Amino acid sequence: MVHHLFSGDFPRSRVLLVVLLAIVLGLVLTPFAFPGAKALNVAAKICIFIVLVSSFDLLLGYTGIVSFAHTMFFGIGAYGVAIALTHMGPTWSAVAAGIGAALVLSLALSLVIGLFSLRVKALFYAMITLAVAAAFQTLASQLSDLTGGEDGLTFRVPEMLSPGFMLSQHPFLGVSLDGRLISFYLLVTVTMVLFLIMLRIVNSPFGRVLQAIRENEFRAEALGYRTVIYRTWSNMLSAVFATLAGALLALWLRYNGPDTSLSFEIMIDILLMVVIGGMGTLYGSVVGATLFIITQNYLQDLMKVASNAANGIPLLRDLVSPDRWLLWLGILFVLSVYRFPAGIVGKLRAKALRPS
Amino acid sequence: MNSSAATSPVLDALPEVKPDRLPLLLLPVLALVALPLTGSFSTWVTLTFAGLAMGMIIFIIASGLTLVFGLMDVLNFGHGVFITLGAFLATSVFGRMSGWAESDSLYRNLVAMLPAMLVAMAVTGVVGFAFERLIIRPVYGQPLKQIMITMGGMIVGVELIKVFWGAQAIPLPLPTAFRGSLLFGEAAVEKYRLVAVLVGLTVFAAMHWVLSRTKVGLLIRAGVQDREMVESLGYRIGRLFVGVFIAGSALAGLGGVMWGLYQQIVTPEMGSQVNVLLFIVIIIGGMGSVGGCFIGALLVGLVSNYTGFLAPKVALFSNILLMVIVLLWRPRGLYSVGNR
Repeated sequence: MVHHLFSGDFPRSRVLLVVLLAIVLGLVLTPFAFPGAKALNVAAKICIFIVLVSSFDLLLGYTGIVSFAHTMFFGIGAYGVAIALTHMGPTWSAVAAGIGAALVLSLALSLVIGLFSLRVKALFYAMITLAVAAAFQTLASQLSDLTGGEDGLTFRVPEMLSPGFMLSQHPFLGVSLDGRLISFYLLVTVTMVLFLIMLRIVNSPFGRVLQAIRENEFRAEALGYRTVIYRTWSNMLSAVFATLAGALLALWLRYNGPDTSLSFEIMIDILLMVVIGGMGTLYGSVVGATLFIITQNYLQDLMKVASNAANGIPLLRDLVSPDRWLLWLGILFVLSVYRFPAGIVGKLRAKALRPS
Repeated sequence: MNSSAATSPVLDALPEVKPDRLPLLLLPVLALVALPLTGSFSTWVTLTFAGLAMGMIIFIIASGLTLVFGLMDVLNFGHGVFITLGAFLATSVFGRMSGWAESDSLYRNLVAMLPAMLVAMAVTGVVGFAFERLIIRPVYGQPLKQIMITMGGMIVGVELIKVFWGAQAIPLPLPTAFRGSLLFGEAAVEKYRLVAVLVGLTVFAAMHWVLSRTKVGLLIRAGVQDREMVESLGYRIGRLFVGVFIAGSALAGLGGVMWGLYQQIVTPEMGSQVNVLLFIVIIIGGMGSVGGCFIGALLVGLVSNYTGFLAPKVALFSNILLMVIVLLWRPRGLYSVGNR
């Protein structure tokens, strides 16, 4: 049963297992263990990014394709839900219609991009996707009738998920059972399901072919696999999961705009999360996303302390100022690419393999 | 029997390569097509000069990028950071010499502008050297890592710039003598755009001279065509590459100064915003070709100014449209180099 659930791909390192259990428990228990809106928002963001980063890992880590258009699909999902809920009212059928339309658009776009440009070298693909993503972001902010332009769309979600909805008048363990809590647990559940599906995909024979293409495309082609077809499939699958992650984001925030789902900063963040966590293993995405988002939200507090301590020293004070958190993650990113390309998870697994 | 045949029979035996001048025609054709569309001649002159100025600045920035790619197959996604650095250095130099930049005499303005450019080029050149050593050197021949590592280098670089200059935008006013416009009949041409065109032409001429008339240039061109052959003839292409990388970074720094003065405001994000434009330009030109890069940059500048006037909504996508059209005509860019 457990073997089937995890598709036979276990953490394979005791430390990693503990870390993953801590992350899952932490996420599930957030409303009870860490009261306050900020903690809940951070936990929700971690869930959304676990799906998004895993889907990017499918592309980058498993197939070896560098795409900078991943936020485009994320944005399509978020805009799909946002536009449908704005125009059709806060109903479940609107949510379904929005997600459906977004998935169709994402599939079509990823198919076209894949077929046209996956034949070229990695560098060209990276550049082309960069240009396409930039054009799409401009398009989204220009079609202001549909997308709300730069301001974005604020909308109402189905009754059950809105903060006003009460499941019961009596708080459970000191936490009021409102729509926010229901959305949160819906989010956690969907995240887990999507993650396990992706785990299934990468551990299937199909996933093995993707990894073969990453290792040696020429040899994979020689063995009889049509690499262009496989790469296009990988592109489309990762687009689907990114779209779903976008839909989750819109449902959670009840808002969507170009900066929340389409901006290039998010693309950079995803890249950092995948590489720091570990490319080519989905557990790396979980670790990377959690680490990055917690750092993003809480490292600043820590750095404030350091910054105050270094108040007298001019340059050092600026280096540890809370606004410079990305500097340190950037350095960690560069070091990861050189020193441990398999990321945190790869490092932990290698340590577990070594006889001590 | 002419004299060249007598001195070098080998050269005589080689079939003469016809220079490919067709892409050169694109620029005048484009300008002529735009002439009736814009309506009045004076508007057309203004727009054309604006386009040329923008194109020249883009060329200054992009030329290093395309050469670096041509020589070593290294595409530097962090090229934008040198632009930002150059522009911020210019704000500092201008801040020190504000008396000179604000003064009314052209001579004093030039004295303020030249050190700004020289300082920007020197510092970005040194930073480029460090960037090549620390960031790019360890990942030669690994395209996937190169993309990620240069991206990471840009993140760190932009954050470091914020450490030194702060995260907010800094105004970069033009020196007094370059403000305002000159009138040619009814057509108004901003003085700074003339300056930009002049600087751009100077850089292009200098680069052309180095590439076609010196031994280093010969080696660079040969290296772009076939790296292994040059290496097997005993030249250290690695050193050549470092030199080209430093020169490319310095040019990006110079371009950053020009771009900052063009927009009259400098932000830490300006480099990464130009990145997409740079890639489009070097793809249009043909990866590794300086001449193609020059034409590509001018095309992009002209098209975005014409469409910006004629159809502002289309202008946002004009560069990508241009790239698609060019690639449909010549899938490897205007001038394809080597086997790319």
